[in-house]
Amino acid sequence: MSAGIPVQFFLILATVMFFAGIYGFLTRRNLITILMSVELILNSVNINFMAFNRYLYPNKLEGMFFSIFVIAVAACEAAVAIAIIINIYRRFTTINVEDVNEMKF
Amino acid sequence: MTNFGYTILIPILPFLMFLLLGLAGNKLKAKLSGLLGTAGLAVITLLSYFTAYKYFFAGEKAADGFHKIQAFNTVWLNISDKLHIDLGVLLDPISVMMLVVITTVSLMVHIYSLGYMKGEKGFERFFAFLSLFSFSMLGLVVATNIFQMYIFWELVGVSSFLLIGFYYTKPSAVRASKKAFIVTRFADFGFLIGILILSFNTKTFDFISLTDPTGPTFTQSTSAAFMGLSVMTWSMIFVYLGGVGKSAMFPFHIWLPDAMEGPTPVSALIHAATMVVAGVYLVARMFPIYAITAPVALHVVAYVGAFSSLFAAVIACTQTDIKRVLAYSTMSQIGYMMLALGVSGYGGHEGLGFMASMFHLFTHAFFKALLFLGAGAIIHAVHSNDMTDMGGLRKYLPITHWTFLIACLTIAGIPPLSGFFSKDEILAAAFEHNKILFAVEYAVAGLTAFYMFRLYFSIFWGKDTHYHHTPHEAPATMTVPLIILAAGSVLAGFIPFHSLVTSDGKPFDSEIELMVAIPSVLIGLLGIGAAYVMYRSANELPNKVAGFFKYGYKWAYNKFYMDEVYLFVTKKIIFRYISAPIAWFDRHVIDATMNLIASTAQNVSFRIRDFQSGQIQKYAFVFVSGAIGLAIIFIYFWK
Amino acid sequence: MTSNQLMFILFALMIIVFSILTVTTRKILRAATFLLFVLVSTSGLYFMLDYQFLAGIQLTLYAGGIVVLIIFSILLTSHISQKFEAPGIKKVIFSALASAAGAILAIVTLLDYHFAASTEAAKEINMNLIGKSLLSVDKDGYVLPFEVISILLLAAMIGAIVIAKKGGPAKIQSTILNEE
Repeated sequence: MSAGIPVQFFLILATVMFFAGIYGFLTRRNLITILMSVELILNSVNINFMAFNRYLYPNKLEGMFFSIFVIAVAACEAAVAIAIIINIYRRFTTINVEDVNEMKF
Repeated sequence: MTNFGYTILIPILPFLMFLLLGLAGNKLKAKLSGLLGTAGLAVITLLSYFTAYKYFFAGEKAADGFHKIQAFNTVWLNISDKLHIDLGVLLDPISVMMLVVITTVSLMVHIYSLGYMKGEKGFERFFAFLSLFSFSMLGLVVATNIFQMYIFWELVGVSSFLLIGFYYTKPSAVRASKKAFIVTRFADFGFLIGILILSFNTKTFDFISLTDPTGPTFTQSTSAAFMGLSVMTWSMIFVYLGGVGKSAMFPFHIWLPDAMEGPTPVSALIHAATMVVAGVYLVARMFPIYAITAPVALHVVAYVGAFSSLFAAVIACTQTDIKRVLAYSTMSQIGYMMLALGVSGYGGHEGLGFMASMFHLFTHAFFKALLFLGAGAIIHAVHSNDMTDMGGLRKYLPITHWTFLIACLTIAGIPPLSGFFSKDEILAAAFEHNKILFAVEYAVAGLTAFYMFRLYFSIFWGKDTHYHHTPHEAPATMTVPLIILAAGSVLAGFIPFHSLVTSDGKPFDSEIELMVAIPSVLIGLLGIGAAYVMYRSANELPNKVAGFFKYGYKWAYNKFYMDEVYLFVTKKIIFRYISAPIAWFDRHVIDATMNLIASTAQNVSFRIRDFQSGQIQKYAFVFVSGAIGLAIIFIYFWK
Repeated sequence: MTSNQLMFILFALMIIVFSILTVTTRKILRAATFLLFVLVSTSGLYFMLDYQFLAGIQLTLYAGGIVVLIIFSILLTSHISQKFEAPGIKKVIFSALASAAGAILAIVTLLDYHFAASTEAAKEINMNLIGKSLLSVDKDGYVLPFEVISILLLAAMIGAIVIAKKGGPAKIQSTILNEE
């Protein structure tokens, strides 16, 4: 089904998604939206893995399994991150990342 | 040769006692720690007597006199094959004699202190320090080499410092201990220089090879000279400088009177009988070198001794603090010993002065310790140091009175008390070698009798003083040592020193020279008579005499302004022209450099700490930009 | 233009537009919704690449699991209607510059590089093969990472519970801090 689409298209798409995530990570104040940006970044990496697997090594499965593991790790990360966020909310009554700056000089 | 290895216990035991009392003293009951210290010292005293008996009388004497025996030796610090520092025990007539003196006086002082220091705060600390002192002093006299001697030399300085400053809440005691330490330390610097010069030239520290008249010191010593004097002479003068400091000879005597701030037993032990004679002992120890290769240095010893003894005797006549009088008297008597060494030759009858010096050291230890302990008993009873507060005490303190009288007669040189014999030997030696010095010492003998009996009459006779509460005789722990020491003072003169302690170990014949003895007794009696007339009962005569010597009296009363001279030299000259610029340099150049470095680091830190803002997104931004920058560099510029 | 090209363009546009909207919208629930769209479109891409299993996982786990989790936490911590204040202009400019620079660098590098397409026959992927590979200890077997990820998931679960529990470390910590 991927006939007629060069691999670069997938990669460019993933790149745009990745840097959208980076942008979000750098500008968002709300911790949950920062978490969403991280999900975007992880997702873009998955797209890369799949594209490479399909175009360059169609007879292997490494890319796919790697994506599966990345998804699993992303799930863990989301779970723990949200636990931390809720904890921070209790402690600071805010999830604004700029107000959570105890760890400075 | 019999085995003397056990003698290592003599210095070791007090050290262990010091550790015990010093570390566990505050856990023990005060009385128990005092008794422990005294018991430890009693054991050592017995050991020393046993050693003396074995050494002098039990067949150790070879045909050609007493040999030096190295009873114990161990390498303590091994720097190289040629340069190593040993610790050990050396036995020869003078060190064995010193062992007896030190342990006896120290034991007496320990017993006495049990009574004198009773109820004082820091009782066990006092005994710990006494043990430390005993250890250091014993280690000093048995030193096998000059470096060991130096180590223990400094240790006695430290224990002296600690004991003078025993009442450390009293500012004057603190000042006195600092003064004693700094002055002697300054002199010890000369000692160290002397040691270095000496051992550089002789390639050895060891006393046996240093003082062996056939050894390398005398055969191989270099003929190099500096300012007209040979190197050996210079080294011996420097070594003597250490002795001058420790023995409170002019001009380093200023610490000794102030050292009387310490407890009286300490004054008796350290500043009368043992530590202050360390300088005499040092010269005696090195005597062959002085006598054979450095006669000029020996002359220095003689003249410094003579001057100090006259100087101190004159001051002693004017002081009213009884402990200070005794301190100046000590200085004067040590001057005697120094002079005796200075006029002595090496070997045979020539060595009369050496023998006399050691003899006087021995007898002086007894009668001066007795005087100090007696003074302690008086102070204990009257609670004052000043003789103008006293008078008529003979009724209240009979034992103290009689023992004090014996000591005064002894120091005045009245036969047949021990002081007569030893002083007579010194005067005889001086008479044979140097008439001028003899004349000085002859005068000093009269002065000594005068000021001692001035003290005696002022305290025990004189005016009838009314005391707030009736003085009472001291407890037995204090009077028993007085009686023992009085017995020692009476009998010590009959010990045949000329066959036991001589410059080369060989005995020689010596008899009392009537030519010298009779006039010296006469002048002693004259001094006593003068004191009797002036102080037997309160009268106007002392003031008249003082008026007659108006300026002389004033000068002597103010100790010839030596303290003021020192203060002038240190404060006005050294502090202002040397220390102040150095301090300025230190503060404004060295410290400033350091401060600059420190403040720069601090400023930079304050600036860069803002990087650590706690804003995670800033960190992330820096990280991302850095990663992109690095990627650009690696892709496009790294080829 | 073939149909699959058309499909790709459709998915790609959705992904790009919704990604950007996710990180720029000022309403948090909308951001979550846009994220959901991005993730669903991504699973569409996986279908296109013939990875049906992964596409399924993407839908269930990402779109179904994580996004729901995120929405829950939003409901716990924020007002849905609350609008964010706009981020500082300086921050926006610099972040955008950095992101754009990175994107351009990556794209330029991509386009420079020649990817040698494989000529080998594609392996047919079915559940049987995936399951056997996951539990196989041979070459091309993934049992070790599988076990590791299981433990990681367990640890994350316990960790999340411990951290979020009321009166857990946070409470102790905050009482300590308050006492100070």
